[in-house]
Amino acid sequence: MTPSNAEIANDASPNWGRYLLSHLREYGLLFALIAIMVFFQVVTDGTLLKSVNITNLFLQNSYIIIMALGMLIVIVAGHIDLSVGSVMGFIGAFAAVLVVQWELPVALAIPVCLALGALIGAAQGYWVAYWQIPSFIVTLAGMLIFRGLSLWLLEGQSVGPFPKEFQALSTGFIADFIPAGVKDTLAGLFGVKRLNAGALFFGIIAAFIVIWLNMRKRQQNIHYGIQEEPAAFFIVRNVIVAGALLFVVYKLATFRGLPNVLITMTVLTVVYAFITERTTLGRRIYAVGGNVKAAKLSGIKTERLTFLAFTNMGMLAALAGLIFAARLNTATPKAGFAVELDVIAAVFIGGASMAGGVGKIIGAVVGAFIMGVMNNGMSIMGIGIDYQQVIKGLVLLAAVIFDVYNKRKQG
Amino acid sequence: MSTLLQMRGITKVFPGVRALNNVSISVEMGEIHALVGENGAGKSTLMKVLSGVYPSGSYDGSILFDGQQILLSGISDSESLGIIIIHQELALVPLLSIAENLFIGNEIAKAGVINWREVYQRTEKLLEKVGLDERPATVLGKIGVGKQQLVEIAKALAKDVRLLILDEPTAALQENDSQNLLQLLLELKSQGITSILISHKLDEVRQVADRVTVLRDGATVSTLDCRTTSISEDKIVQDMVGRDLSQRYPEHQRTPGELLMQVKNWNVWHPDHAERQVIKDINFTVRRGEIVGIAGLMGSGRTELAMSLFGKSYGRAISGEVLVNGEPVKLDTVDQAIAAGLAYCTEDRKELGLILDDPIVSNITLANLAAVADGGILNTAEESRVAEQYRRTMNIRTPTVFQRVLNLSGGNQQKVVLSKWLFADPQVLILDEPTRGIDVGAKFEIYSIVNELAADGRGVLMISSEMPELLGICDRLYVMSEGRLVGEMNAADASQESIMSMIVSE
Repeated sequence: MTPSNAEIANDASPNWGRYLLSHLREYGLLFALIAIMVFFQVVTDGTLLKSVNITNLFLQNSYIIIMALGMLIVIVAGHIDLSVGSVMGFIGAFAAVLVVQWELPVALAIPVCLALGALIGAAQGYWVAYWQIPSFIVTLAGMLIFRGLSLWLLEGQSVGPFPKEFQALSTGFIADFIPAGVKDTLAGLFGVKRLNAGALFFGIIAAFIVIWLNMRKRQQNIHYGIQEEPAAFFIVRNVIVAGALLFVVYKLATFRGLPNVLITMTVLTVVYAFITERTTLGRRIYAVGGNVKAAKLSGIKTERLTFLAFTNMGMLAALAGLIFAARLNTATPKAGFAVELDVIAAVFIGGASMAGGVGKIIGAVVGAFIMGVMNNGMSIMGIGIDYQQVIKGLVLLAAVIFDVYNKRKQG
Repeated sequence: MSTLLQMRGITKVFPGVRALNNVSISVEMGEIHALVGENGAGKSTLMKVLSGVYPSGSYDGSILFDGQQILLSGISDSESLGIIIIHQELALVPLLSIAENLFIGNEIAKAGVINWREVYQRTEKLLEKVGLDERPATVLGKIGVGKQQLVEIAKALAKDVRLLILDEPTAALQENDSQNLLQLLLELKSQGITSILISHKLDEVRQVADRVTVLRDGATVSTLDCRTTSISEDKIVQDMVGRDLSQRYPEHQRTPGELLMQVKNWNVWHPDHAERQVIKDINFTVRRGEIVGIAGLMGSGRTELAMSLFGKSYGRAISGEVLVNGEPVKLDTVDQAIAAGLAYCTEDRKELGLILDDPIVSNITLANLAAVADGGILNTAEESRVAEQYRRTMNIRTPTVFQRVLNLSGGNQQKVVLSKWLFADPQVLILDEPTRGIDVGAKFEIYSIVNELAADGRGVLMISSEMPELLGICDRLYVMSEGRLVGEMNAADASQESIMSMIVSE
């Protein structure tokens, strides 16, 4: 019918080089994460992948990852939010006032804090969406305002400690449901002192689900003639992902099990990945970021979507603020300082485009992990905060240059 | 009288298109030389060759200025010779003062320090020369478009202009501003400044031009001397459109049905210039199964009419009434317009029609996502099936529908835009320049699709600058000029000459 049919036929034969070239970004990200982990594992004499450190990695970075989910959506919609660090600090302070000073029940304080976060996001989104004020400026103002309000709220002091049930937001672990007898047998089998078998069970299920979803996706792609990933790549990629998953879960299981934040984070990641990739809402947000005029002329309510993106960001920043305060077990006026930069960096390392319309949730999460592993690894190595900043800056620059270079080469 | 400029045998080829074919033009010292032709006849390309936008070597032929052969490598070369173009879209900075605008890039300065005293003195002299009574420090954005046009001319004079080229200078002007401008041209001529005037308004051309060169399809048709003999507008029009219908159009036989859409007393004002009315009291109808054309030149308000109807996407203070199937409909937002059964295929598919970074499939479903979703969750299998179906029926040439739209040719991109709007299942489809920038073969395919739409019982409103195209596929035509519908005729009774004379007689 058309000459392009011949091309399809050619594509069917394994053309690894070309496939790799056109998907360099996705593989690059995965390999960058692995390379960085291997590097730090070696230079820290194996400290990086110790059970306790892996647990720490999740606890330390959960709030960054949670905010990166919201930030990805804001950036895909063609905007930016500089206020998230301040909002996060402010909500932590607000929670301290509610829970510690006013002694409000935690079950009430948490929804109130999340609602306040959403309200703050909505207030900023309103000016961006309906008044077309650049988001850079609106959220820069928000950054100053909420930094100031946190100081005012806490009167410059740290407030704490929080009650146990509030701390559980961050430092809690999922209780093991496997009976002690079975557990001890398994522990003996693995040759470890203790084992959270429930965690291991969840991990195995999760690995199977991931592989099953990937296989389903691959079948669909083949059915619709989307450029097909060579089988070898597919297998290697899945082995790495499932292997890493099992490894991490095993490590966690031999320490204290699955942290609550890990569950929160995983659930949110799955939910947001689903929203962005499989719902009309998500599709429309990409359209707005890709070409706002064309989206508008297609009947999409572009203003409302922008407004929602910021509202959602505010809510996630509030959740991050709660988790952060729970982890420190105190609210301090400095909480969340400059965190917005880590969040934004994570999203761009994860492949989002400054121009909007491009980016994936999973990319932002991996980007956040890359930042997190570097922070953690460099701290273990005892590298000063001065060099740490320089190195993180260079990594961000390299990631973006790599993106632009790639795009140019593909034309 | 000696010759100032001679362009000989200019041929400029773009990939797939011969924009200029052996064009020659000569301009005498001290004359006003008009250049006329339809949209796409090659006027702008010729002027871009002359001003160095297309550097020497990128075209064939030679340019003699003052008897010397010149080789231009950029605009700065032509400007240093005194060849200055004033484009339709003014190249002025609205937030700077008149004086600052006059000397932009040409500042009166020593070692980078501007001599404001001299700037203001010279500005006053220049403004006096063009008859503009404004203070040099006035911010440009505060004065009207007509006065801004005069500032552009003063800016040219500040550069010691020898050949002034004006591209549609009166297109955006009111009647008395236009007259002022034409008087100024005659005044400059008496001071010895030569000019080339590009215009669609033949009455203006006859008023000021000494000679007229007519371009058609990238070639010189004639050069008429207005000084010795009186040249009628009819003669010019005939030369402008005089090609035979060499393009082919699909066969069609239609009998339009009942009234589908009625637009009554539609008025629209410019979004930025509160005093400019862009659409003036327009009334028209579209029947079921009918293809209605809107003829007119660029800038006559056709796109503005369409976009103001489609969810008030253009303009402000919009008034008027629209009836679909005899019922009044609300068209305040785009989704209301879509719900009322309208669709608008933009003339600017890259800027307004497509998400270029996204694949074909998500572009096609964008205006009707609800149809491939269940409770807000996309059914991607159904979505792919829909896109695949359009790929086949519209013959979109691509290996898969997951290809990014960016990688498609113009004609295939246009088919994606059409597919998007067909999937929204409209009753009235407004097509704005649907064949702009696409090759002849793809054009034929687009015409066939439009025919099928009408055969389905939909109404089509087609805006086009190509008159043969309108005559070839429409049932009925409206002629638009300066924001008004100035005529209506059956396509069978119309000719390019009759349309053009309606436009230019306004």
